[in-house]
Amino acid sequence: MAELLFWPALLLYGEAAVGYLGDARRPGVAGRAATWGVRLGWLVQTALLGVQASRDDGFPWGTWAASLNLFVWFVVGAYLIWGCRRPYRLLGLVVMPLAAALLVVARAGGGTGVGSRSHYSNLFLVVHVGLVLAAFAGFTLAAALSGLYLWQERRLKRRETTILRRPAPSLAVLDRLAVRTVAVSVPALTLGIGVGIGRLVSRGDRVDAHVVATLVTWVVWAAYLGVRAAGWSGRRAAYLALAGFALVIVVRLALPATHFG
Amino acid sequence: MTQLVLVGTSHHHAPVELRERVAFDRDQAHALAERLGRAVCLSTCNRTELYLETEDADAAERAAVEALSELEPALYRLRDHAAALHLFRVAAGLDSLVPGEGEILGQVRTAHDAGTPGPLLDRVFRHALHAGRKVRAQTAIGESPASVSSAAAALAEQVFGRLDGCDVLLIGAGTVSEQAARNLRTRGARIAFVANSRTERAELEEELARADVVVSSTSAPGYVLEAETVDRVRRGRQLLLIDLAVPRDLDPAIHDLDDCYLYDIDDLQAIVAETLAGRRSEAERAESIVAAEAEKFHEWQASLEIVPAIASLRARAEEIREQELAKAEGMLGRLDESQRRAVESVTAQIVNKLLHLPTVRLKQAAAAADGVIYADAVRHLFGLGEDER
Repeated sequence: MAELLFWPALLLYGEAAVGYLGDARRPGVAGRAATWGVRLGWLVQTALLGVQASRDDGFPWGTWAASLNLFVWFVVGAYLIWGCRRPYRLLGLVVMPLAAALLVVARAGGGTGVGSRSHYSNLFLVVHVGLVLAAFAGFTLAAALSGLYLWQERRLKRRETTILRRPAPSLAVLDRLAVRTVAVSVPALTLGIGVGIGRLVSRGDRVDAHVVATLVTWVVWAAYLGVRAAGWSGRRAAYLALAGFALVIVVRLALPATHFG
Repeated sequence: MTQLVLVGTSHHHAPVELRERVAFDRDQAHALAERLGRAVCLSTCNRTELYLETEDADAAERAAVEALSELEPALYRLRDHAAALHLFRVAAGLDSLVPGEGEILGQVRTAHDAGTPGPLLDRVFRHALHAGRKVRAQTAIGESPASVSSAAAALAEQVFGRLDGCDVLLIGAGTVSEQAARNLRTRGARIAFVANSRTERAELEEELARADVVVSSTSAPGYVLEAETVDRVRRGRQLLLIDLAVPRDLDPAIHDLDDCYLYDIDDLQAIVAETLAGRRSEAERAESIVAAEAEKFHEWQASLEIVPAIASLRARAEEIREQELAKAEGMLGRLDESQRRAVESVTAQIVNKLLHLPTVRLKQAAAAADGVIYADAVRHLFGLGEDER
């Protein structure tokens, strides 16, 4: 059943990625098709996660690959909140290929099937993995918004003649959405890390590279909120968000073996 | 047979000095339409057109030409499908000076409201408005600005999003800068200050510190604002500066400052040229939508010719059925109520089934050019309307 749901989800995310590409070239039908691809794909992936949850003995996303599957679901879900609106279709051009690619990686690692086992308690995994992944999904979107900000700002600086023919969300809106997304994500990451560290201390486990990188990521994103409160905005804040996202990539993709059993 | 007649002129055929002679306001358009009978007068700065619904097309055309006699050499005359297609193109903005301009749809609606249309004119105007809306919804023809002033306002939206709460500083006042200010205001911005040659430097800098958008259009020989001043005064805030003056009012180095975006008249004109090119490419898609809608209208109009024939045919068949049932009343009288209902039902079904295919074929023929011939043939073959003669 999980296998049957994986392919439609991947196909729909792929269709959305191609649709957004078509929409960037010629706005219209392709964009609408892409939006439906995101919606339906996310629903199918939700069903896939549901099947995993019902078939598995315990929390099914405790492995690295399975957590990537859940991470994709969070990213697309967060994008769906406002991403289907026309000016944000450009963002889909970044988010949906990433989602499709990560879903393939998750499958390659066995994260889209059923039957996984974990030696952690369900409650711990739900709180720790769920919150950390939700926060990382928020950071991913904030980085995508910041990337879009830098692109739009560059167009304005270069006085591109197509700027009104292919309008993007305004600088102010992109800036505001990015900071709001981070403002929600940092507390989630704080809680997720807190639960993880609490368990680490109680079990007497050692701090691995993954934990250190996660803490550095938290510092960068917390600093992002700090400097925003101090008056930073625009390009500088966008670059900082991209730096924070680079750490998210390291934590999600480069250091999994050190943390997931 | 009711026909559609159009007589008029537009910017394609007549210069403004000719068009202005027959420009009508709403009341005048209403009076003229009333005088012409079932008519609608569409009068804008780019066109004056009279649409008439009539049984005598030649006479209606003569009356319309007489009403616009001052434009006689520049008048075009169209009828039926061609007239409808023209109106559809007008409503979609495809016949406008700037393709896809948005005002024309409202002007067509106003003309319709002020006119005295019969059923055919009413239908063609409603359908034209529908086609115009559809074109705007399904293409990007009207989305990008088509003038320097609206481009300036759209640029401000690219920086600040909604302009509610944005303060605009106007330096000098020319026609284009006033239009830009009007465009900004209609999108929610507030004209916070208008500076002129008597404004103190300190006051100007004070207003600059508060402004989000600066629109400058003076005849000053040198720069009114230098980069150092802007950098010192704005304290890191985002600022969009529109320089409409020649020679330029604003130091080009302002554009190099972080979060400052300076556009001069050449930049804006290049953007407008690009958006107009975009509109023209969208116009191809719009033309196909309009053609499809015009075809639908044509089919509806053609069906009007055949519908009376179909109605007569069905009425005749029903009359015969009832007469035959009445003749057989002697035998049918012996039947109980349910048996009588069964006979009624069977005879009605026979009539319906017999007439179904001819009805469908007649409707199909109506869409083609020979719909009238088929209608006449049906009337002749079944003797429809002969009793009335």
